[in-house]
Order: sequence, then C-alpha cells, then structure tokens
Amino acid sequence: MHENNTNVPTVDVSALRGSSAPAGSLDDEAIALQVKNLDFYYGSSKALKNINMVIPQNRVTAFIGPSGCGKSTLLRCFNRMNDLIDDIRIEGEILLHGQNIYDRAVNVASLRRRVGMVFQKPNPFPKSIFENVAYGLRIQGTNDRRRLAEVVEKSLKGAALWDEVKDRLEDNALGLSGGQQQRLVIARAIAIEPEVLLLDEPASALDPISTLKLEELIYELKSRYTIIIVTHNMQQAARVSDYCTFLLLGELIEMANTNTLFTNPQQKQTEDYITGRYG
Amino acid sequence: MIRNWFKSGSPWVWLSASAVSISILLVVALLGLIAARGLVYFWPSPVLQTQYQEHGGSSYRLIGEIQDREKIPAARLTESGMEPPGDEASYVRYLFKTGNRDTLGMDFRLVLPDFMTNIEYPADLLVVERREWGNLYGYLKQVKENGEVVAEGKAAVTELHQRLERALELFRQIRHIEKDLIGAINYQLEQLRLEERRLDLDNDQDPARRAAIATQRSELQNRYQALEKQRNDLYPQFNRDSFTAEIMDGRVVEIPLSKVVRFYFPNAMGLGDKIGHYFSKLWEFVSEEPREANTEGGIFPAIFGTVMMVLLMSILVTPCGVVAAVYLREYAKQGFVVRLIRIAVNNLAGVPSIVYGVFGLGFFVYFLGGNIDALFYPEAQPSPTFGTPGILWSSITLALLTLPVVIVATEEGLSRVPRSIREGSLALGATKAETLWRTVLPMASPAMMTGLILAVARAAGEVAPLMLVGVVKLAPSLPLDGNAPYLHLDRKFMHLGFHIYDVGFQSPNVEAARPLVYATALLLVLVIIVLNLAAIHIRNRLREKYRTLES
Repeated sequence: MHENNTNVPTVDVSALRGSSAPAGSLDDEAIALQVKNLDFYYGSSKALKNINMVIPQNRVTAFIGPSGCGKSTLLRCFNRMNDLIDDIRIEGEILLHGQNIYDRAVNVASLRRRVGMVFQKPNPFPKSIFENVAYGLRIQGTNDRRRLAEVVEKSLKGAALWDEVKDRLEDNALGLSGGQQQRLVIARAIAIEPEVLLLDEPASALDPISTLKLEELIYELKSRYTIIIVTHNMQQAARVSDYCTFLLLGELIEMANTNTLFTNPQQKQTEDYITGRYG
Repeated sequence: MIRNWFKSGSPWVWLSASAVSISILLVVALLGLIAARGLVYFWPSPVLQTQYQEHGGSSYRLIGEIQDREKIPAARLTESGMEPPGDEASYVRYLFKTGNRDTLGMDFRLVLPDFMTNIEYPADLLVVERREWGNLYGYLKQVKENGEVVAEGKAAVTELHQRLERALELFRQIRHIEKDLIGAINYQLEQLRLEERRLDLDNDQDPARRAAIATQRSELQNRYQALEKQRNDLYPQFNRDSFTAEIMDGRVVEIPLSKVVRFYFPNAMGLGDKIGHYFSKLWEFVSEEPREANTEGGIFPAIFGTVMMVLLMSILVTPCGVVAAVYLREYAKQGFVVRLIRIAVNNLAGVPSIVYGVFGLGFFVYFLGGNIDALFYPEAQPSPTFGTPGILWSSITLALLTLPVVIVATEEGLSRVPRSIREGSLALGATKAETLWRTVLPMASPAMMTGLILAVARAAGEVAPLMLVGVVKLAPSLPLDGNAPYLHLDRKFMHLGFHIYDVGFQSPNVEAARPLVYATALLLVLVIIVLNLAAIHIRNRLREKYRTLES
C-alpha cells in the first residue's frame, strides 16, 4: 500500500519553503492547490456550488462563514475525507500541484499522506504518545526504532509539545490535556511531512491559553507547510491567516488577503458578516 | 398519602431491589446446596454397629454408615411390606450403607432406627476402599503373605499399613508399564501398521521402506516383550499379600492387598486425621481417574476434557466471529440483506442446542469426517478416524452454537469505536484495512472478550449436543498425551456435564453415586468460574489499555 506514492508526481517544494515575506496579492503567490468548478452534492441537495479558488503555497488560508455554509465540506474535499460518506457526489476538479486529486489513478491513502488533517476535537489513538506520533510512519512500514525516535522528537518539537512530554513518551496519550492532545495530533500529522495541512476548527474545543499556543504554532508551521484552517472565530482568522475566504450557503463569496478582506471587503455579504449582521 | 408514595418512585426502587435480592439468594442457595452435599462426601463419617430386629424377624448385626435420613408416613412402610414399629403417623428411615457388595449382594438397605438396639461405634471397625466392589466394613483379623499368617490382632494394623504401601507402589509401577510404556508401544505399532497399509494401498513396493518398517516393528515387539516380562514378574509380588476380615454377618473374608486403595478406622480418627483424610480424598477426586463405572475415584479426565474442549472452541469461534462481525459492520453495505443476515444470526442463538448436536453429527461427523477419512485415512478403514464423534467435532459444533454471541458482541464493540478515531487514522494515510487492524480492532477487543466470556459460559455447561458429537462415559486416553503428534483431535473425551448425567442416572449404583453428582456439579461450576475469571481478567486489562475517549 505504501509504495503507491508513484501515482502522484511529487513536486520539490523545499525550494519554495521559507517564504516569510508578508502576504501581498494572490496573483504573486506560488499555487499549492487549485479548485476548479467544484460542485458537491449530499444526496440531491447541493452543498457546494461552483467553487473556483487557489490556495497559495506556504501561506495560511482561512475559510470563514456562518455554520452550514460548507467550509468543512470544502476542506474535507482536499484530502477526500468526504469519500467515507455514503451517497455523495463531487463534480469538478481539485489540482494539487497540477494533478487532479479526484482522478481515477490517484491513490487515496497516498494523497492523504500529502494532505494531512487535524480535526475539531482532538482524537489521539489510545496508545502511547510515542506510538501516536509514530503511527503514520509505521503505516508506511518504518519500524526502525532509531529513525522513529528521531522523527517523533522532531515532530513533537515542531508541534511545540516536546518539552512537556519528553519524559513520558510511553504514557497513554489520553492522559494529556485537551490543548496538548490537539498539539499531539498536529505532531502526528506533520510526522509524515505532508505538503498541505488542513485544520478543521482546531481550537473550538480548547481553552483560551491553549488556543493562543496553537495559533503561535500555526504561525511557525506556515514556513514549511501550506495551511488551510476552518474557523468560525473571525478574530482567529484575522490573527493567523494570510488569506481569507468567505463562504456563504455553499458559494464562495470572496477571497482576498486577510487584511484587505477585513478592512475593505468588496462584497456586501462579506461586509455584513464581518460586521456581525449575520449569524 | 399513598399517591405521593407512588409518585416518589420508592415502590419501584423496592421492587427492583427485591428482585436483585431474590436473584442473589437463589444463586447463594444453589451454590450452597451443591457445595454442602458435594463436599461432605469426602468427610469420613462414623461407622456404627447395631443389633437390628424387625417385627417378626430375626435379629442380626448391622455394620455401616448412615447415608441419608428421611421422614415417611407409616402407610408407605406398610405398603412396602414392613410392619411399623408403633402407631405413629410417620417414621424416620435411614438409608444405610452396609458395603461389602461382593459378599452381601447389595450396598444399601432401608432401615428404621426404632428397630435398632445396642448402637455402638467400635474403634477397631475397619473401612477398606477397594478397586472393585465398593467399600468393605468389618474387623481386621489376620494379615497373610502367600497364604501364611504373618500378623494377628493389634500387630496386624501396622503390618497392613506397611504392606499396603508396598502394594500401592507396585501398583503404580505396573500401571506405569501398562499405561505409559506399553501404551506408547502399542500406539507406535498401530502407526506402523497404518503406514504399511498405506504402502499396500499405493501399490508401493519400495523394499527399503518395508524393511525399515519390519525392523522397527520387531524392535518394538522386543521392547514390548521385555516390558511384558517385567510386568509379569511384578504381578506375583503384587498379589503376595492379603488380609482377612470379619464382616457383619460373621463370615471371614480374605481380600488380596492388590485390590485395596486405602483403609482406615473412622471411629478411631481424631480431627487432624479426618482433615488429612478429607484432603487426600479431595485430591484423589480431582487428580485421579474414575473407578467402578465412574462411581468411585476421581474425575480428572472429565475436567481435562471439559477445559480442553472449551479452549479449542474458543480458538475456533473467536476468529470466525470477529471476522464475520467486521464484515457485517465495516464492509457490507448496510441495507436490507445485511439486516436480514443480522436477524438470522441473532435467531441462531435461540436454536435449541440438541439441534446443533444433530447437525454436527450429520454434517461434521458423517459428511465431513467421512470424507476426510476417505481422502486422508484410507489405510485405517474400515475403522473411522475422523468419521466418528470426537473432540474436534464437539468443539466445532459448540463453536457454531456460540458464534452468534461473539458476532453480536463484536459488532457492538465495533460500533462503539468513535468515528473520529477512524478518521484520524485514515487522515494519516492508512487504508481501511490498516485502520481496522491497527486501531479499530484493538479498541474493540474488550467487546470481543465479552463475547468470548458469554460463549465460554454457554459452551462449558452444554451437554446435549456433545452426547451426539464426541462425549463418552469413559475415554481410554486423554486427547493430549505423550505420543506424537501429542494432540489427538479425533479422540473421544469425557466431560463434567455428561459425567453428572451419567453418574447420576446411568450408573449401576445410583445411591452410592449421588454425593458424587453434587461434587461433580460443584466442580463444573468451579471450572466455568475459573475460565470466566481468566477471560474477565484479560478483558479488564484490555479495557484499561484501550480506554476510549469518553471525555
């Protein structure tokens, strides 16, 4: 199963990494993901209507919008998590570095290795902290204890959790606090070095201090990963994202540089939502 | 007032609490009765001697134990042809064990205490447990060696002790030679015979192979003859000693020591002696083989057979049930057909077990076993190898019987694994199979153990289907022994549940065996409890390990 990577052409992203210049216009950015004419149906109801957008590389892109607008659905399209649901239909294309991820030839498991995801509620496995982080590597067939230990340490450091757990790596991960669990899940996701990291309301189950830590972490991670974050907290979107997308009732209303979107929205609906006239 | 009481809900609390207490009481009463009746059996009861004379009958001496007492109406005495001693409405009647079945013809009599006079408990009254004919009660007279008297009176007791020890040691040696050594040789000879027959059937004239068989056979036969000679040399020594005793009707009988298991003087025993006797009898019960059509001795083969059959069944049913549940819950498209299958599986749990027995006999034993014999064991024909009831077929039949329980429990466990955990694994690039194997199944393992616990509890107590597919009254050898390939799945076996039925209802001496029925029942319950506790222990450890996210 692990060897099927070859199905998806890999792009050398290391050259592009480390771009820390402040976000300017979308047109100047390198493109990681591109969505083309995407329609999404739950049974007969249309949840996403003709979405067209680009996700810039090594930037944080936030999806905002009222509940039920399709932010999470769109996010879960990027790693084909929606495939697990019966009775759905997807039309259109999503290109990851130029390759349509809904192509027949694409191996879903290897796609998900390139597009990692962190969920709303922390969901560590009932295993040790070490095994949680090593999970993805073990799936890929890495069992060399030294290599695993290296990656676990690097990932936990990357997720700003190492100092808190380095002495109890063999403890059950469920003994950690909610915030620690969420960072552990991020460490688990970055251990397999994805290109894109999807965060689905990652702070919604956390207290303010844990949220703050998580936002700092996101800020640090963007130099190495393309990050997409779904949030219903507009302050959070303003704090962490470079670009912001506003969705309403399954339609993409507006996408722009975060500063621009919040200070000078082009659409009436965006302005209404930002100023608090919607949900 | 009373309406408020109803509204407060306390009647329901009372009702449910009393239901619980009734259940607990019943369980305690059940275990208490079985334990009391069963465990008393091993305690040495006093042996009494009395003069007994019924109305119009002659007076004679009675020696024996009181086994049971009951109150019966006088009318029933009259009906049974006995004149009541007085004119009371009812009388106490004893079940009196006189032993000496070989000389007196019967072990038990029904006697009335009203006809007894001169009740005594003489200290020199001897009880001898024998390999045949049950107990002997009487007075020790002489100890003989080759027919010559070597000791009389007081000295006879110590002499008897020493000589019995010697005889028991010889008995052990003879049994070792006969059962273990000669048994193994016979087994190998049989294997050689089958091999030769196979060569015949294949028309294989390989002379080297045949010569090798012939050499092996003659070597085995030489060893056999050597062992037989060794055994035959032991026999005269074994039969050397004997003793004489006076039994209740005044006759003096001579008993060879080779027939004696143990002897004791119950009326002379102190508390310490009795406790020692009790535990030695208890140990004999759980560790020895049965004697005298299962009514004496131990039940070790039945314990062994029960445990082994349950373990085999567990090994068979768990993978099957788990795989089936995984398919039904994880892979099958949830629709009408799956619902139908689920209903069918649940109903399978309600099919009477004897029906499974009939199915097992028809399908497994005759069809599968018969075909296996025809394909793989033609050399053993016409005697069947697998085409006859045996422990393998019993285990499979019971596995089938308990399969629904395991499937239902596992499905339940799988459905309790949170979706978020599965998604977490899939999002890391695991395939569905990897997710199942690495996270979902371990997390569902406590539920599988719950299923297995229920399965074990049901299977260990099941008797009816086993009578058709593998259990026997007396199995000559255990399904696991020292002869390669060690595990003999084609053999028949003994089972505690069937043993209870057999001893209690089918034995030639039901009265003598009744306490044994209770003791065996107690042991069956204990075996099931131990098996369950082991499974529960494993489950609790798994639960601790795979605590789910219930936060």
